[in-house]
Amino acid sequence: MQIIKRVGASKKQIIIIRLIAIMVALVASGIFIVMLGYNPITVYSNMISGALGSKIRLRATLLEMIPLTITSLGILVAFKMKFANIGGEGQILMGAFGATYVALFMDWLPEFLVIPVMFLVGFLVGGIWAVIPAIFKARFDANETIMTLMLNYIAIQWITYLQYGPWRDPELKGFAKIANFPQYALLPRVFGIHIGLIIAPVLVVFIAWFLRRTKRGFEITVVGESLSTARYAGMDISRIIITTMLLSGGLCGITGVIQAAGVNKTLTMNVSSGYGFTAIITTYLSGLNATKVLFVSFLFGVLLQGGSYIQSALQIPQSAADVLQGMLLLCALGSEFFVQYKVRFSKKNSVSSEVK
Amino acid sequence: MRKRRILCLVIIACSIIMMLSGCNTQNGGKQEKLKVGFIYIGTAGDAGYTQAHDKGRLYAQEKLGDKVELIYQENVSDTDDSCVPVIHSMIEQGCKVIFTNSYGYMDYTYDMAQEYPDVTFLHCSGSKSSDNMLNYFGRIYQARYLAGIVAGMKTETNKIGYVGAHPIPEVIRGINAFTLGVRSVNPDAVVEVVWTSTWYDPALEKSAAVSLLDKDCDVIAQHQDTTGPQTAAAERGKWCIGYNFDTRDVTPDSYMTAPIWNWGPYYADQIQKVLDGTWKSENYWGGMEDDIVQLAPLTKNAPEGAQAKVDEMKEKIISGEFKIFEGPIKDQNGEIRVPAGTVMTDEELLGFSWFVEGVNGVIPEN
Repeated sequence: MQIIKRVGASKKQIIIIRLIAIMVALVASGIFIVMLGYNPITVYSNMISGALGSKIRLRATLLEMIPLTITSLGILVAFKMKFANIGGEGQILMGAFGATYVALFMDWLPEFLVIPVMFLVGFLVGGIWAVIPAIFKARFDANETIMTLMLNYIAIQWITYLQYGPWRDPELKGFAKIANFPQYALLPRVFGIHIGLIIAPVLVVFIAWFLRRTKRGFEITVVGESLSTARYAGMDISRIIITTMLLSGGLCGITGVIQAAGVNKTLTMNVSSGYGFTAIITTYLSGLNATKVLFVSFLFGVLLQGGSYIQSALQIPQSAADVLQGMLLLCALGSEFFVQYKVRFSKKNSVSSEVK
Repeated sequence: MRKRRILCLVIIACSIIMMLSGCNTQNGGKQEKLKVGFIYIGTAGDAGYTQAHDKGRLYAQEKLGDKVELIYQENVSDTDDSCVPVIHSMIEQGCKVIFTNSYGYMDYTYDMAQEYPDVTFLHCSGSKSSDNMLNYFGRIYQARYLAGIVAGMKTETNKIGYVGAHPIPEVIRGINAFTLGVRSVNPDAVVEVVWTSTWYDPALEKSAAVSLLDKDCDVIAQHQDTTGPQTAAAERGKWCIGYNFDTRDVTPDSYMTAPIWNWGPYYADQIQKVLDGTWKSENYWGGMEDDIVQLAPLTKNAPEGAQAKVDEMKEKIISGEFKIFEGPIKDQNGEIRVPAGTVMTDEELLGFSWFVEGVNGVIPEN
């Protein structure tokens, strides 16, 4: 058996590989569902109708799509530069932390300024959380994977400390919860969803434009493709790494602001809900293409909301629903491998079938 | 190529079948059953708080049979509004009654009750109610007093550990009742309290119990949703008292008893009232007289003579002859807080914010 890089796979081939992956996913998880004692077709159709079947369900799906889209954009910018930012989780939480400080403790601000300042502070605090590993990377060539990962845990513990300690709402008689945001610090709504629904696509367009049409965006790609080329072209690599990570972490921070002020209405660990990690998958599946991010995130929203829906609709335990989502995902990611590589079993046969 | 084309056709056919069957279940699924949704803080199989509720749900389902369909969703966080989309979704699926089983759901449940005036809401362990929302709970502290008797008779080091969840009145009340039970049979014993600030975190709750065992406690009691503290005691060869659910099988050589919930009859009764159209928003706080709280049968690990003492006090509690929070009761500083001859009111119990004498622990100020 041989594994070879697929050169110039045609669109048709790619589509076929993807469809086969979907089939494999449906069959494999179908077996799992049968083992649980359910009818796979009922489960699948419930997942789809649970995610898209009505206004309320579609809203819930979009509410999953928004944070995934924006976080993916943040991750994408870093990945373009070949900077493994797996600290989205922490950057989201720190962005939410910044916004919460503005919402709860800067009450001297005029009310109409509160939300813009929340976004600004959220962007900066989330960005700083990503700039820290960027500086270490730029100056000392430190491993950014480990650093961004570890910074997640610090952010998580920091939020926990605030929740159980200084920021605990004293009105709740000892129950550890940070106070809800005042009305003026909650995001305005459109179509029953917070304005993240507009912010997310706007950011998608902006990042797509930024990466394709601006000098700064182009620099990011060059640094990612080849450091020596960048150096030869006289680019200031340290500056590029640091500003790019400010943007990357800042975008994740904006997710935090939106989740805190639009969904949770307070600061809790659930503000991040694993979006920082899931966004790595969506970014990867989108092939580092900003416009595709929106599409992939929507599909993920369907998967997440559908998985949540079948729990109450069909009484499937949460853990089983999670396994199901995991299996579908694994197949989707696995298909990516076959898009880029092909497996050859015996030389003679494959040559003839390859030529076609 | 032909093979691939066939494959494509198969895939398309499959998706069409799936979509059609989706429509079928939606249109044909309309039944006249009363649909009821339960929202749980933990997993339905946590061998603790949530399982006790789920046992109640299953009891009601069996009792009411075909007339109702009782569904649940587990692991819904209560420190933010995670329960709101779940409530929306359940109502959209046709639920006319919603049970939310944790303290933190209170404000969100209340808001939802305003948004859906036609739906009946029952919230466990809170304090808010409206025309279509009641709050319900049980006087589990009565069973905790009895558990305290068992612990007080058992301890040799005169130190009993108590793993507490959040320092809210519900938990404080339980610790106080337990301590009064301990001291009624063993005036020298003290109850050491640590907080975990979680309801459901088996590892953390276990390590909290370990810290108490390190302090020389030889009986571990708890107010948590898991058996974490119980297993810590068993691993050290010490004794334990569970909570919520009879978990004697988890640590058979360590477990003595547990204050447990018996929600089933209440759930069946409330849902029946909704079916009959006689449901009213009446807050409920029943005790041992209603059998909604119980002390699990003592095991072989319980001290000799404990059963007799427990039975005696249980009878007195049920008959009303004995009131647990009747003065004189001193606080941790030895000051009398409830003078002799007076009994604490329900309102005072619901706002309990101080420890009785014999508790070694701190209620965090804020």
